[in-house]
Amino acid sequence: MELILDVLSWILLMGGAFFGITGAIGTLRFPDFYSRVHAGSVTDTLCALMIIGGLILQAGFTLVTVKLIMVLAFLWYTSPAASHALVRAAHHMGVPPVLLPKPDARSKTREGSSSKP
Amino acid sequence: MSSYLRFLVAGLIGFWLLLSGYWDNPLLLTLGAFSIALTAYLASRIERHYPLKSVTRMLFRLPAYGSWLLIEVIKTTLDVTKCVWMPSRYPISPTLDVVPMTQKTRVGKTIYANSITLTPGTVSVRFEAGGHLLVHALTADSMDDLKAGVMDSRVTAMEKQ
Amino acid sequence: MFAATCLALLAIMAIALVRAFMGPSVYDRILAVNMFGTKTVLFLAAFGFLTGRPDFLDIALVYALINFIGIIAVLRFVETVTHTGTGADD
Repeated sequence: MELILDVLSWILLMGGAFFGITGAIGTLRFPDFYSRVHAGSVTDTLCALMIIGGLILQAGFTLVTVKLIMVLAFLWYTSPAASHALVRAAHHMGVPPVLLPKPDARSKTREGSSSKP
Repeated sequence: MSSYLRFLVAGLIGFWLLLSGYWDNPLLLTLGAFSIALTAYLASRIERHYPLKSVTRMLFRLPAYGSWLLIEVIKTTLDVTKCVWMPSRYPISPTLDVVPMTQKTRVGKTIYANSITLTPGTVSVRFEAGGHLLVHALTADSMDDLKAGVMDSRVTAMEKQ
Repeated sequence: MFAATCLALLAIMAIALVRAFMGPSVYDRILAVNMFGTKTVLFLAAFGFLTGRPDFLDIALVYALINFIGIIAVLRFVETVTHTGTGADD
């Protein structure tokens, strides 16, 4: 039983770390501010959920579990409000979004432009 | 005292007792009662200007919607993860478009806009005139999913009487 | 296992700091600082388990609230400063 719990929380904690690093790499790699917000919201939702889930499995049924759930609830309620406020302020201030067409349409134009030279 | 305020006070009492952990210290209990009374007064003052009508009913429907939203969050997170690690196979196509919404109440609209922002891959930018919502999406596919209106109809079903 | 989680969270925070330094717009910086803050909350929780002192969770709770209020306050400040046109260097 102990072993199963340990393995499960290993999986959850490492999964959370993976999604966190994914979001962080995404903020470095994506081209404009608006798409970076999407990468940032990955780290706020699933990463937080998995890490706190892994910690809950280690804590068992105690007051610590209740506090962990409260931390998660705070994060999940405040993170959309924060990112919405950010995006709204940026849009209001006229930060230009980089808009790209759908991939199949773009691959056609890329072929067209590469055949030119 | 409306049912909304009664819920708020009960929740705050439980919150204080759980977090402080001291159930028999008169000083801390007095401080707690004072803070709860202050918060309830401020909330009632807000409610006088913006009355919340069907909130308690929606509160009971929140767990079912939340579990559906959780699955949705996991799916969209996997989509964004693919876009981050394999940019050549899953290229991003950022889109900015207007999405219709069918909610009537302010709380329903807030829940819908917040759900859109919470799922990675879509962010609600601002309310437009005529019950529309300006949304920025990371890929055109996630925008199409949003326009299909599954989440919209679920939130609207939640605010039904 | 908590040590590994703490290290991963520190790595994420380092990458967020890189984005905060790179910018280019002030909103990118605020986004990175917000990410840094939420990862700090998770780091505090994991660190409490690592050292066996669950009191750290109270700090994590308070930090989660203060981080949110702080981000909103900075956003308001940036908006008003850019509106009045004083000291907008971005």
